[in-house]
Amino acid sequence: MTETEIFTRLNRVFRKVFDDPSITVTRKTTAKDIEDWDSLEHITLIGAVEREFRMRFTMKEVSSMKNVGEMADIIASRAK
Amino acid sequence: MPHPSLSYPFDGKELLENKKSLRRELLANGEKRIPKRIAVLGGSTTNDFCKMLELFLLDQGIEPTFYQSEYAQFWQDAMFGNPTLDEFHPDVIYIHTSFRNLQNDLPEMDWTEDAVEQSFRDAYGRYETMWKRLREVYRCPILQNNFEFPPYRLLGNRDCWDPHGAVRFVNRMNDAFAAYAAREESFYLCDLQYVSACFGLDRWLDDEVWYLYKYACALEAIPHWAFNVARVVKSLFGRNKKALALDLDNTLWGGVVGDDGVEGIEIGEETATAECFRAFQTYVKKQKSIGVMLTVASKNDLQNALDGLNHPDGVLRPDDFIVIKADWENKDRNLLLTASQMDLGVDSFVFADDNPTERALVAANVPGVAVPKLTDPSSYIRTLDRNGYFEVTVFSADDAKRSEMYRANAERAELAATFGDYTEYLKSLDMRADILPFPEVYLARITQLTNKSNQFNLTTRRYTEEEIRASASDGRHICLYGKLWDRFGDNGVVSVVIGRLEGEELHMELWLMSCRVLKKDMEFAMLDTLVEEAKQKGVRRIVGYYFPTAKNGMVKDLYGRFGFTKRSEDEAGNTVWELSTESYRPQNHVIRVNSNES
Repeated sequence: MTETEIFTRLNRVFRKVFDDPSITVTRKTTAKDIEDWDSLEHITLIGAVEREFRMRFTMKEVSSMKNVGEMADIIASRAK
Repeated sequence: MPHPSLSYPFDGKELLENKKSLRRELLANGEKRIPKRIAVLGGSTTNDFCKMLELFLLDQGIEPTFYQSEYAQFWQDAMFGNPTLDEFHPDVIYIHTSFRNLQNDLPEMDWTEDAVEQSFRDAYGRYETMWKRLREVYRCPILQNNFEFPPYRLLGNRDCWDPHGAVRFVNRMNDAFAAYAAREESFYLCDLQYVSACFGLDRWLDDEVWYLYKYACALEAIPHWAFNVARVVKSLFGRNKKALALDLDNTLWGGVVGDDGVEGIEIGEETATAECFRAFQTYVKKQKSIGVMLTVASKNDLQNALDGLNHPDGVLRPDDFIVIKADWENKDRNLLLTASQMDLGVDSFVFADDNPTERALVAANVPGVAVPKLTDPSSYIRTLDRNGYFEVTVFSADDAKRSEMYRANAERAELAATFGDYTEYLKSLDMRADILPFPEVYLARITQLTNKSNQFNLTTRRYTEEEIRASASDGRHICLYGKLWDRFGDNGVVSVVIGRLEGEELHMELWLMSCRVLKKDMEFAMLDTLVEEAKQKGVRRIVGYYFPTAKNGMVKDLYGRFGFTKRSEDEAGNTVWELSTESYRPQNHVIRVNSNES
């Protein structure tokens, strides 16, 4: 899966979870950049990303991801 | 109509991901909802739980606001109070605990049986103490989870009987909770044990989300849990469905009676399909015993429909139904007619039909009707059951007899047709009423009426049982209920009025009557007794209020008909009326009141 493909799908998930069609995420995007992205919505987001890419993050990854770039790297290494 | 993605079977993950857009959609549909304040005292994280509960309640006509305790502070909030919670004035308190909160009470293998017993008593005692305090302080209904099964069994199968077993401990706690629910009013259980079993315990329990986020169940299970809580809450606040309208061909039996003939339809024990429909008919028949009203909505010749319902191997019979509409009318129209014939709002109906085209037509044209997706006959029961349309929280004697009463009404209508003079007809009914202050035994029914009555209801004020009890006993209110009998039987408790005493005035906070006794002059009998009571309490003026809603147009001029004078009217159509008690003359001449005869 190419990085572009991953980001296209990630954008779809972010827009759905935050109910905001204007969101476009990049490698550098963090929770600070999206208004509703707090620790509680993070849970929904992780679940939705896992479902989209049919993979699971480890507990360690969930608590240590720093930005969307790191998320995309994990997806690239694991997604089918 | 109810949102399709919020009815069973739903996809938990999908709902969590779409919760924001769903919420926006529901709030934008302009539906009128009753606002309710729900305090959630959590033993684990409650955030997404409340968001899901909000969606389900919005979908069922309730607009909730939440108080959520700080993480796992249910006990502290309940026992030591909390100013935010006090100011919140909850309409209902929900204690969201689970097996995770039982960890410190579980017996160790080396404990004596006495020590195990002590631990059980302590654990249970803490809950009961908490419920009692909450009840005393907040005077509102309490909803409590029981416990799901433990994630592992140290003793294997022995865990379910050995006093040291966690499975045994959970079962004992749940039994004790059930016993409390059975003896206490305004206390309800959310059966977590059942809901988690339906979902599948291994999928339900998810250690990862517990360690990461302190959610007591898997994320995708949250909506299922919340849905189950929503079932109870909406039932408490009068948003249950009341009637089940059933298609016949391929819904109550296999095949088409008009084409296959009575001998040709599948019902009974002969084939797998026949058994399946028989089981469904049995399930439907049981609905009657909890007060659900059954009707038929079928495209058929009436005679064929009746023949099908009289099939010797069937369970349902024509007289199980209050209305049988079997004709060639479109089903949306058919349902509207049935509703008006029964004096019921059409949004009180569940429409069960195997045909997706009919379902779509009804869903599109009949506002508020629930249309469960019946696919395969073997799953009809589950689809209806899991949706909890008729969730039984308060069960009164009237519920058990409802169908009988509605059928008696149909007979009264026939008798009425033979009389030229209406008053003569009313006299021939030989009516007798009790109109008295609220006795303890009827508080449940009275509360239920305040939450259910929409049409003959002047203020549409909803009460909890606690509020009813308070009004009945605080000495500052006149509370009367009316129960009506006639030659066809007992109509049950049909009318409730509550007035607040203020010096020489009595302000009517509530005036309602069940539509099944319309045009019997029962409202005049209530007024006569009210005026009598009011005079004894030194009241000179009775002040009546009418607050218009989408449904109570029929009583817009009730106070006018009673002889009240209009005091004021605002732009919204709210009117205030008054009546002098001194010059009042009784207006009921057809019902004997409080005559003590049976």
